[in-house]
Amino acid sequence: MSTPLLQAEDLSRFYGGRIGCRDVSFSLDVGEVLAIVGESGSGKTTLLNLLSGRLAPDAGHVRYAMRDGTTRDLLTLTEAERRHLARTDWGFVHQDAREGLRMNVSAGGNIGERLMGIGDRHYGNIREAARGWLSRVEIDEGRLDDKPTAFSGGMRQRLQIARNLVTAPRLVFMDEPTGGLDVSVQARLLDLIRSLVADLGLAVVLVTHDLAVARLLSHRIMVMKAGEVIETGLTDRVLDDPQAPYTQLLVSSVLAA
Amino acid sequence: MTKLPVLSVSDLGKSFTLHLHKGARLPVVAHVAFDVHTGECVVLGGPSGAGKSSILKMIYGNYLVNAGAIRVRHRGEEIDLATASPRQVIDVRRFTMGYVSQFLRVIPRVPAIEIVAAAAREAGTSADEARARAAMLLATLNLPERLWDLPPATFSGGEQQRVNIARGFAGHHPIMILDEPTASLDARNREAVIGLIDARKAAGTAFLGIFHDEDVRERVADRIVDVASFSAREAA
Repeated sequence: MSTPLLQAEDLSRFYGGRIGCRDVSFSLDVGEVLAIVGESGSGKTTLLNLLSGRLAPDAGHVRYAMRDGTTRDLLTLTEAERRHLARTDWGFVHQDAREGLRMNVSAGGNIGERLMGIGDRHYGNIREAARGWLSRVEIDEGRLDDKPTAFSGGMRQRLQIARNLVTAPRLVFMDEPTGGLDVSVQARLLDLIRSLVADLGLAVVLVTHDLAVARLLSHRIMVMKAGEVIETGLTDRVLDDPQAPYTQLLVSSVLAA
Repeated sequence: MTKLPVLSVSDLGKSFTLHLHKGARLPVVAHVAFDVHTGECVVLGGPSGAGKSSILKMIYGNYLVNAGAIRVRHRGEEIDLATASPRQVIDVRRFTMGYVSQFLRVIPRVPAIEIVAAAAREAGTSADEARARAAMLLATLNLPERLWDLPPATFSGGEQQRVNIARGFAGHHPIMILDEPTASLDARNREAVIGLIDARKAAGTAFLGIFHDEDVRERVADRIVDVASFSAREAA
């Protein structure tokens, strides 16, 4: 058995007297997709921010198997180490692409920035890599010098994905990646994410309130309510045979189209 | 048969607890036991509501098992799916056990041939070979070639079901679970599915299935297991 890529151990975070999330533990392997589902305010986003080191926990630990083979507690990383990790071995796909992109920098610049961040200085190479990634996420290469402000919502989201994947991360955090998009655009993006995740062997922590998205993308599901994990297991099993009263309510409340 | 079974179910039990309905308990089956060997097709029989589909869903991991064991031979070792971790179940699905459901559930707007090829790739096949295999399966199942590059959402029920069958068969799994795969098919296409099952049986694939169509059942079944004898409904 290989060491897990990411391990959460009794993670808790409080906002004053209010629970952000409490006693969350799980482990994620290389290439594994975990969906965190729950309604607004269930603690999904707090958990995602704790896992990605964007927020410090009040209790508990997050451990990550670094590329050099050592496993490190995120709390013990220096700020420089944490930023390096976030720019190389991790990706973060925000629901609102404006949070994950530089809106006043060209598409090519958005993708190239992460390469420059890890020391790539060859302009031609960077531009070629950016061009390759644009086409991989199905954006016309002719848009390389256009700014994301001129892109549709779906294109911005695909650009954000390209920007994240250019450094070949092993772990990508996704916060409602199809959330703000038109339904007609969602399907194509879902298929793109599914095939990239499979082809690149990415591990993903996916936050979503959409059980259908969780079904299509994830191997395992963690159901959260009021900051705590209510149920966890194989995605099909949790959705087809939910055990906890809350999960049964959640699953039975979805309208079948 | 003296060979070890590839799938062995023993003392399997299932009931549902409906928390939204005052915790009502719905017993489904109890003490289910049967074996499936290489190259044979075992069919679950019995009336509607006897729990046939529930048994398949427990074996494939969609339903939690309340009692008993489901032993499969997986990568040369025996593994109990009743107690296996989600990761182990996913690995079994990738390399050992395929499944054809009653309905096609896929990401919208993905072409039929890509749906089938993706299933082959999951099982570790290269991109080119996966596509070739997908084309062969769709042709075997009489899906007109002009439909291959279209998403199945607008297909007829029978056409969708054939994409679903092709997807299930694309991984070349040594164990196949079939939940009424021929329900929405006409005679010619039922024939094509029977041919596919026969060819895979001859190659050593073990099948466990539900077939409502009596003709298909007679043709493919080596043994019929009567699920009514395991029903837990009366006891409730």
